[in-house]
Amino acid sequence: MPTPPSSPPAAPRPPVTGTAPSQAELRSRLHGLPGVDAVGLEQRAAGLATRSIKTTAKAYALDLAISMVDLTTLEGSDTAGKVRALCAKAARPDPGDPTTPHTAAVCVYPDLAATAKEALAAAGAPQVEVAAVATAFPSGRASLRVKIADAEDAVAAGADEVDMVIDRGAFLSGDYLKVHEEIRAVKEACAAGPGAGARLKVIFENAELATYDNIRRASWLAMEAGADFIKTSTGKVGGAATLPATLLMLEAVRGYHAATGTRVGVKPAGGIRAAKDALRYLVVVNETAGPEWLTPDWFRFGASGLLGDLLMQRHKLATGAYSGAAYVTVD
Amino acid sequence: MSEQTAQRRVGAPRRLGVLKTYKLFVGGKFPRSESGRVYEVVDAKGEWLANAPLSSRKDARDAVAAARKAFPGWSGATAYNRGQVLFRVAEMVEGRRAQFTSEVAAAEGLSAARASAQVDAAIDRIVWYAGWTDKIAQIAGGPNPVAGPFLNVSTPEPTGVVAVLAPQRSSLLGLISVLGPVLAGGGTAVLVASERAPLPALSFAEVLATSDVPGGVVNLLSGRTAELAAPLAAHRDVDALDLTGACGDPELVRELEVAAAENLKRVHRPRAGAGNGDAEDWAADPGTGRLLAFLETKTVWHPRGD
Amino acid sequence: MVFDYAPAPESRSLVQIAPSYGLFVDGEFREAADGRSFKTVSPADEQALSEVAHAGAEDVEAAVRAARAAFPGWAALPGAERAKFLFRIARILQERSRELAVLETLDNGKPIRETRDADLPQVAAHFFYYAGWADKLAHAGLERTAHGGPPRPLGVAAQVIPWNFPLLMLAWKVAPALATGNTVVLKPAETTPLSALFFADICRQAQLPAGVVNILTGDGETGAALVSHPGVDKVAFTGSTAVGKAIAREVAGGDKRLTLELGGKGANIVFEDAPLDQAVEGVVNGSFFNQGQVCCAGSRLLVQESVADELLEALRRRLGTLRLGDPLDKNTDIGAINSPEQLARITELADAGEAEGAARWSPACELPSQGYWFAPTVFTGVTQAHRIAREEIFGPVLSVLTFRTPEEAVAKANNTPYGLSAGIWTEKGSRILRVAEKLRAGVVWANTFNKFDPTSPFGGYRESGFGREGGRHGLEAYLDLTGAEPAEAGAVANEGRRGARAGGKAGGR
Repeated sequence: MPTPPSSPPAAPRPPVTGTAPSQAELRSRLHGLPGVDAVGLEQRAAGLATRSIKTTAKAYALDLAISMVDLTTLEGSDTAGKVRALCAKAARPDPGDPTTPHTAAVCVYPDLAATAKEALAAAGAPQVEVAAVATAFPSGRASLRVKIADAEDAVAAGADEVDMVIDRGAFLSGDYLKVHEEIRAVKEACAAGPGAGARLKVIFENAELATYDNIRRASWLAMEAGADFIKTSTGKVGGAATLPATLLMLEAVRGYHAATGTRVGVKPAGGIRAAKDALRYLVVVNETAGPEWLTPDWFRFGASGLLGDLLMQRHKLATGAYSGAAYVTVD
Repeated sequence: MSEQTAQRRVGAPRRLGVLKTYKLFVGGKFPRSESGRVYEVVDAKGEWLANAPLSSRKDARDAVAAARKAFPGWSGATAYNRGQVLFRVAEMVEGRRAQFTSEVAAAEGLSAARASAQVDAAIDRIVWYAGWTDKIAQIAGGPNPVAGPFLNVSTPEPTGVVAVLAPQRSSLLGLISVLGPVLAGGGTAVLVASERAPLPALSFAEVLATSDVPGGVVNLLSGRTAELAAPLAAHRDVDALDLTGACGDPELVRELEVAAAENLKRVHRPRAGAGNGDAEDWAADPGTGRLLAFLETKTVWHPRGD
Repeated sequence: MVFDYAPAPESRSLVQIAPSYGLFVDGEFREAADGRSFKTVSPADEQALSEVAHAGAEDVEAAVRAARAAFPGWAALPGAERAKFLFRIARILQERSRELAVLETLDNGKPIRETRDADLPQVAAHFFYYAGWADKLAHAGLERTAHGGPPRPLGVAAQVIPWNFPLLMLAWKVAPALATGNTVVLKPAETTPLSALFFADICRQAQLPAGVVNILTGDGETGAALVSHPGVDKVAFTGSTAVGKAIAREVAGGDKRLTLELGGKGANIVFEDAPLDQAVEGVVNGSFFNQGQVCCAGSRLLVQESVADELLEALRRRLGTLRLGDPLDKNTDIGAINSPEQLARITELADAGEAEGAARWSPACELPSQGYWFAPTVFTGVTQAHRIAREEIFGPVLSVLTFRTPEEAVAKANNTPYGLSAGIWTEKGSRILRVAEKLRAGVVWANTFNKFDPTSPFGGYRESGFGREGGRHGLEAYLDLTGAEPAEAGAVANEGRRGARAGGKAGGR
C-alpha cells in the first residue's frame, strides 16, 4: 500500500515585488494568451475520465485523495464544537484503521481558525494545516482595507493557508489591475504571518467568470500576482468545480512553471462528492500537469462530503465488501 | 455560310461575301490549331461550309492549362456574379439569333423554323443555368444535424477542370446543355465541339468572348473527338470528363474511362439505354443531374462553445 | 511515488469466437466451394483467433445469385418495413456492442477504448440513421430529372471494405444500401473478417430475409472476383487508392455504378492564434487515433513557424503520456498495427523519412515482444519533397512542416493528389472560413479533428475517391436517379411518389 508523501509542506512563494504592471500591459498579456476551445477542452476531460483505475492503482489513488482533502465547513451555523469534530476527523479520518492518511487541511472561516489550530494540536495532528477563507468570502464585496484586515485576522489566528476570493466584478469589467493589486496586497498580509507566512489560495469562482478564456486569464493573473494555489470556486455558487476547468487550470500552472520555474498548486472545490470523481481529477492531474503535482503540496480537494466516500471505497478495497454510511464517521 | 452557298447556287452574287476563318477559342484568345491543320466541314447535304481547325494533342494541352489557370477566379467569383455573366451570354446569343439559326440549319440540316426553335431553346437553356448558380448550393448542401456540439455544413464546390465531349448531333442546344452546368457550378471547361458540326460551337466562342466570361473559363476545340478525347481523359490536371459526345462508340467510352481512372476523374456518361448520348432529348427539362455531376461535396465541422 | 495505472483489461470472455467460420450466403453459413480457408490472428499477440473460409469464384457466383434472387422482394417491400429491419439491426448492435467491441479489438488490434467509445456507437447510429430514410426516399430531394420516375435501387451491391474500422465500414456500406432497397454481397478485409461474420449472425437474429446480406470472406482475389462479376450492379469500395484505380479500370465502359473512398494525406494546419492546447489534442487525435491507420488522418502537421517550437514541445510532452500496449486494457491509447504487411510498410516509409534527412522522434515506450507494434513517431524538418510528406503511411507517423502565411499553408495543404481531409486551427473565424473554402478536401475539421456522424457526408476530392457516404448524400450512391424504367418489375424504392408521378414518365431515361 503506497503511503502519501510526508515531506514538510511547501513554503509559500515570496510576495511579488516591484512596481505594478499597467492596466494596458496586463490586458494585452492576458488577452494574448491562446484561446480555449470549449468543446475540445471538454472532450479531452471526458476522454481522461474514461481511465479505469483499479486494484493497486485505486488503493494508491484513494489514499492520495484523502491526503489532499481540505476538509471544509463554511456555514453561518459553524461553532467551535463543529470545528473540533471536523478537526478530529481530519486528523484520523478512519479511527478504525490507523493506516488511513490524515487530510491535508481543515478549511474554516477566520474566526474559527484559532479553534481549528488548537483542536488539531490536541488531536495530535499539528501537521494538518488550517486554511481560512478571507477577503469577504464568498462574494468578495468589501473594500481592500477590509479584505486585508480579514486576511490579517486569519494569519494572526494561526492559519497556515489563506483562501481569498477575487473581485469578480472588477475582473468582468476588465479591471485586471485591481484584481492583481488586491491579490498582491493579500499576499503581503499572508507573508506577515509566522515563519515564511501563510500560503495563499486564490479563488476565482469559475461559474461567475463563465468562460474558459476568463478562467485561463484569471489563472495567469493570479499566478503573476503571487498566488501559491489557484482554486476553482467557493462552493457557495452553483456549478462549482468541473473537470474541464480544473484541466484548464492545470495547463495554466504547467505553463507558468515552464515559463518561470515557479510551481503553483490547483484546488478544485465544491461539488466533488464521489471517490470516483476524485480519482478522475487525479488522472487529469497526472496526465496534464504531471506527477510532480500529485502531492498535497500542489493539489487539493476542497470538500466536505467527499472524504466519507473515499473512506467507504477504501473499506471496499480492503475488505472486498461494499461499505455503508454507518461505518464512516459523520462530521 | 449557308447564305453564301445559297447565293452561289442561284448565280453571281451582287457582291462576294466575306468568309469567316473559324478558329479555336483558348484562354480567351482565338488561335489557329497548333498543328496548322484544318478539316473540311460540310452541311447535311455534303456541301462545303468551312474549314475548321483540326486540333491536336498540344491544343488540348494548352486548353487544359488555360482552364486550370482560370479556375480559381471563376470558382471564386460570387454565384451571383457567375449568374450575371451567364445571363449576359444569353443576351449575346439572343442578339445573334439569325446567325445561329442559319448555322444550326446548315449544320444539322434543319428547316429555318426548326433551327430557330433550337436556338431559342439554347438561349433559354443558358438562362436556366444562369439562374442555378446561386441556388444549387441550397439544393445540394446545408447543415447536418450531427450528434454533438458542432456546426456541420455541407457545401457543393466545383470539381475543377472539366473536359466535355459535346454531343455530335445537337450542335448548339446540345453544346450549351453540356457546357451550362459546368459553368454554373463554377467549373472551367475544355469543350470538344461536335466533330461533324463544329461551326455553331466555334461561333458561340465569339459570344463568350464578348460576354464577360473570363478568358480560359471555356476553351473550345474542334477536330476529331476520339483523337482529342484520349489525351484529355489521360490528362492528370483534368478533374472530370463528360463523355456525352463519345457515347456512340462503346469501345471509345471504355478506353476513355480506363484512362480517366488513372487520376480518378469524375466521369459523366449519360445512361440512355443504348448508351448513345445523342439519344438524349435536349429539348426536355434538363433537371439537375449534369449540374451535380461536376460538384464535390465539402463538409466543414466547427465546435460550438463559449 | 508515481501514479501507475494497474492493468484494467476488458474481459475477453465477453465474446465467444468459434474455431472456424464459413461464408454467409443466402441466409446460411457454408464452407467455401473449394474448401479453402485462412487463419485470422490477433495482431496484439499473433495468436490465431479462428479459421475462416476463403471465398473463390464459385462462392462469389453463389452469393451474387442469392443477392439477385433476394433483390426484387427486398426492393418491393414498403420502405417502412425495410426500415424496421434496419431498426432491429441497430438495436441488436447496441445490445451486443460490448461483445462486438471486444471482438473488434481482438481481430483488429485497436484499443478497446476506441471500439467501445467510437466504433460501436457509430455503427449502431449509422443503422439508426439510414433506417429512418428507407420510407422517406421520396422526400430526399434526390431527383435528377424533372420528367423521369422516382429514385430506384440499383440491384446487387458489391461492397469491399478495409481493416481499419471493420464493423464501422460495414455499417457505412450496408446501412444505406439496404435502406434504399438494394441487396448486398460484402467482403470484409482479409485480416479482420470476424466482425462481419458476427454481423451475419445479427442479420439472422433480426430475421432479415435470406440473401439480402451475404458475407464473403477472403483476400484481394475474392474482392476482384466480386467487383468484376457481371451480376453486380453497384460497386462500393473503401481502401487504397491503387486498388481503387484498378477497380475503376475494371468497371470502365460497363454499367456498374461505382463509389470509391480511398487514401489521403490530410494536412492539419495550426495557425499562431490557435487554441494551442486543443490543437495539440487535435494533432494527437488526428495522427495517432487508431494507430494512424485512418484514411482521413491528419498525417501532415503544418504549423506556423512563429509557434512551431512551442507547439512541438507541447506535442512531445503529450505524446509522452500515450499508453501503448494491450488493446484490451481500458487505459490503452495506442494498440497494435493490424498486420505484419502494414507494419512493414510503415517501417519502410519511416526509414525513408530518416534516410531523406528528416529528424525522427518517438516518446520513450516499450513495445511488446509479441505482435505487430510501432511507436508513435514524429518527423520534423520535413519538406514537401519528402516521401513521408507525400505518401500515405497509414500508421502512427506524423510529418511536421512549417509555413509562414495562410496562403503558403493552403498551397502546401493542397499540394497532393489526395483530397480527403484537412484541419484548421485558429481562433479567427473569418480565417477559418477562408481557408476552409480554399482547401481541396471533402471534410474540413476546424478546431476539431476526426469527428464522424451518420448525418455528415464523408468522402474525397481527387484521388481520394468519389461519392459520399453518410447523410442524405450517402443515399445517392445506391439509387438510380435518372428516372429510368426499372430493369425488373417490382423494383421501386419510392412508393410514396408512384401516384404523383404516374403518367409523368414520358421521355424518361
